[in-house]
Amino acid sequence: MAGKIATRAAYGKALVEFAEQYPELMVLDADLAMATQTKDFRAAYPQRFFDCGIAENNMVGIAAGMAASGLKPFTNTFAIFAAGRSYEQIRNSVAYPHLNVKVVGSHGGISVGEDGATHQCTEDLALMRQIPGMTVVCPCDGHEMRLAVEALLNYEGPAYLRLARSATDIFTDELEGYKFELGKGVTIADGKDVTVIATGIMVGMARQAREILAKEGISARVIDMHTIKPLDEELVLKAARETGTIVTSEEASVLGGLGGAVAELLAENCPVPVVRHGVNDTFGRSGTAAAVLEYYGLTPEGIAEKCRKAVSMKK
Amino acid sequence: MEKLFGKDLAVTAYKARLLAVEAVHRAASGHPGGSLSCVDALTVLYFNEMNVDPHNPNWEDRDRFVLSKGHCAPALYAVLAMQGFFPVEDLQLLRSIKAHLSGHPDMRNVPGVDMSTGSLGQGLSAAVGMALSAKITGKLWRTYAICGDGELAEGQIWEAMMAAAKWKLDNLCAFIDVNGLQIDGATKDVMPTEPLDKKLEAFNWHVVKIDGHDFSQILAALAEARKTKGKPTAILMATVKGKGVSFMENQAGWHGKAPNADEFAIAKAELESKIKELEGK
Repeated sequence: MAGKIATRAAYGKALVEFAEQYPELMVLDADLAMATQTKDFRAAYPQRFFDCGIAENNMVGIAAGMAASGLKPFTNTFAIFAAGRSYEQIRNSVAYPHLNVKVVGSHGGISVGEDGATHQCTEDLALMRQIPGMTVVCPCDGHEMRLAVEALLNYEGPAYLRLARSATDIFTDELEGYKFELGKGVTIADGKDVTVIATGIMVGMARQAREILAKEGISARVIDMHTIKPLDEELVLKAARETGTIVTSEEASVLGGLGGAVAELLAENCPVPVVRHGVNDTFGRSGTAAAVLEYYGLTPEGIAEKCRKAVSMKK
Repeated sequence: MEKLFGKDLAVTAYKARLLAVEAVHRAASGHPGGSLSCVDALTVLYFNEMNVDPHNPNWEDRDRFVLSKGHCAPALYAVLAMQGFFPVEDLQLLRSIKAHLSGHPDMRNVPGVDMSTGSLGQGLSAAVGMALSAKITGKLWRTYAICGDGELAEGQIWEAMMAAAKWKLDNLCAFIDVNGLQIDGATKDVMPTEPLDKKLEAFNWHVVKIDGHDFSQILAALAEARKTKGKPTAILMATVKGKGVSFMENQAGWHGKAPNADEFAIAKAELESKIKELEGK
């Protein structure tokens, strides 16, 4: 495949692609069909598209009612309004009764860019991970996104799917032996000195960080952890035992998301140094996506720096 | 399922009152006030209006019900038990760690409960989703809900109202239990809802105003809802919070308080006397 595509665009294409195969699939949006990329589905399947207006909480509730009636609703809005505004609706109306609603948060993280802090959700992964029975997925490229959508259509239960706004390289289609399975991380490059466990757009950057580190004689393993919950504990523990130190990387707060999940697991089962890379307990700001990512250190060099620290902590 | 009418509905509703109040008493917690105000409507729904099968609670073509004011679970559970969804004896284990009857309706553990509710403002949205699902799939089953008047302060209720009108959900009927009281006092003082009929009409709902303790009016309103095409129906029912237990009636203090042994004895005597009177004994 190669090339670049935003995971939100790949998501929008996947909805259309799978529409015929899954007639129960219903798409709900909250006045953001252009941005969330549900517009193509809306055009192709107007009878299965429901614009709920700028009312995200009601959208989640409607989806719960649809799921209770045997349909497969996907709700769509920005991550901040999905996981943020509708947190309690997701918890009580969707997750508590374990209903088959897929909550899709597009424009996750700070690469939203220009819109600034009000629209840059860095808390969604932690918020959604906290809810019992939720599955939390954050694909790293367009190819993986398509497979994630298919997997979620075949998974009966509540899930949160995070999409990114900006176009990024497609690479998982060219990985040998690559297979997508919910709850199973993918080792996309081997290494022995440190393991970077990354999710979303940080996976591509982790691959670049690995090249930077290789020049310095540091061998880094890279794991694509597309499913943050349920966490692939076996893969994390294996990496901890084999490389002795872990760096987590996510376009989200370092508090409670992927970094939190990995640190919690390792502290109790295989205490090795864990260095979390992400947004440090702060709000985002306006700027181009690239400038904002650079400002907060969400770059290949940012990951490499955390890896140097992680390696130095090994004793 | 045999439909009940007239006096039989009243007898059933008063028996449900006694079961609900007893369950709250045994649990030593729960919400009797609102349970007693909406139990007449619940009785009509489950013993006359709705097409349900207690032996097959998840029957695909059943009518759906959402108790948006989920704290009135004691009334819902009592009616479901009397209708045969689960043994009446189970009501004694309301809110107990040993049982399946959680403090608020739980669709995964209580047979007959179609939607888990309890967080106010959320149930009506789910009911909209259900009614919409029936439209999408071309099914004829209907969806019913009961909201509290205090609950109407939640913005999500009005989001759901707009959506139901947008999709012309004439297969949706929502009762508003206008008992006029909530935890902090009178609804008109806490957050006024009036003029409620005009508000709902402005939201493009068909509105019917009734006495929520008059069974013939409840039945007539439901019949009118079924005949109304192109828009959802709201039944504004004027009710008495705590109805049927003298010391609970119109007292905000009985919103979420359990009667002690002495209080329950009085309540029981009053309700049993009313049941006897209705049965003509």
